[in-house]
Amino acid sequence: MSEFIAIFKRDVRLAAAQGGGLGLAIGFFLIVVSLFPFGIGPDLKLLARVAPGILWIALLLSVLLSLDRLFQADFEDGSLEQMVVARAPLEMIVFAKVLAHWMTTGVPLILATPVLGLFLNLDEQAFGILVLSMVIGTPALNFVGAAGAALTVGIRRGGLLLSLIVLPLYVPILVFGVSAIQSSLTGPSGSLQTMMILAALTLGSAALAPFAAAAALRVHLR
Amino acid sequence: MSDLSFSLGLGDGMMLSGPNGSGKTTLLRAIAGFGEITGGKLALEPVPEDDDLSQACLYVGHQNAIKPQLSVLENITFWADFSGGDVDAALASFSMTAIKDVPVAMLSAGQRRRVGLSRLALASQPIWLLDEPATSLDKISVKTLSKIMQAHLDDGGMLIVASHTEFDIPLNKSLELSAREPGVAVAGV
Repeated sequence: MSEFIAIFKRDVRLAAAQGGGLGLAIGFFLIVVSLFPFGIGPDLKLLARVAPGILWIALLLSVLLSLDRLFQADFEDGSLEQMVVARAPLEMIVFAKVLAHWMTTGVPLILATPVLGLFLNLDEQAFGILVLSMVIGTPALNFVGAAGAALTVGIRRGGLLLSLIVLPLYVPILVFGVSAIQSSLTGPSGSLQTMMILAALTLGSAALAPFAAAAALRVHLR
Repeated sequence: MSDLSFSLGLGDGMMLSGPNGSGKTTLLRAIAGFGEITGGKLALEPVPEDDDLSQACLYVGHQNAIKPQLSVLENITFWADFSGGDVDAALASFSMTAIKDVPVAMLSAGQRRRVGLSRLALASQPIWLLDEPATSLDKISVKTLSKIMQAHLDDGGMLIVASHTEFDIPLNKSLELSAREPGVAVAGV
């Protein structure tokens, strides 16, 4: 357990330190979202209708952008091989890293979402549901992404390959994340079921992805 | 690699030598638990409970496993939190107390190596596998490293070191790998 806390603390600190990629992810999120009103035009009704989808897709891409550094830095400086042979199970170490990654990318991105919602004329009633659906759903992005990041660690141009592997797997999370907001606009009870499916996706990926990622890392360090 | 055989007892140190590309790193990594051994066996006697040789090994490779963004102290504290050990003793081992708050990014290659090697002072593993530990170290630091290695052997630890640098401590065993027929040990004692 001390290993878990040590990794978590270090990764949070590294993300906050210079070059941690946190500012990059938020900046990317901001720019992608603000491009849409320019592309679509000032049709407020249309913007409001596509806003949930745009916000979810932009958030998903921002998470993806930060994913390739998840294991890469540790791989390059030799920390990863020390972790692989450490007494603590590698699955637990991966879990700690992903949790720290979510805390330092997912959470700040979610906090920026309501502001960006204003850009897109998002319905006021949808704000709460949107943030809630992201809080419940985004950990799944990080966990699924971690498995992809572990597969592509140490590969040149791995970031591109990572996108090809991970993006298709993000489809269910995106579908239910957006539909949670759409169904909430019709009635409060409608979003409960989709929220529960989102929660199931997060819990399922949190249970499975660390094993997949750890197995992939072990293969890479052979 | 093939036809390789050696054994180490308590307090034994072994110098692993051979030209570049003869498989020194491969052998050390195989012992540490990376890579697959296609034939033969590596074993601890008596066999420990978990029967896992890699848990008894501390592997220090070419890379220092330290983060340039963090200070010396933060790096060592992380490894102490992660694997146990005394931070102050580790800082003192390569006399880095004076530079403990300096970000590693600002250190020279030799100083970074010293930060990486300070994990030796945190270690509780009985077997040390050191791959070119003296790379970019100055003379004084090489002496310090020799002393730390000697102390480990005196405590009944085991040590395998692959290096082109001479250490002024007596290592009672040596293994030379030859380059021509990769991995054939030509002199094992």
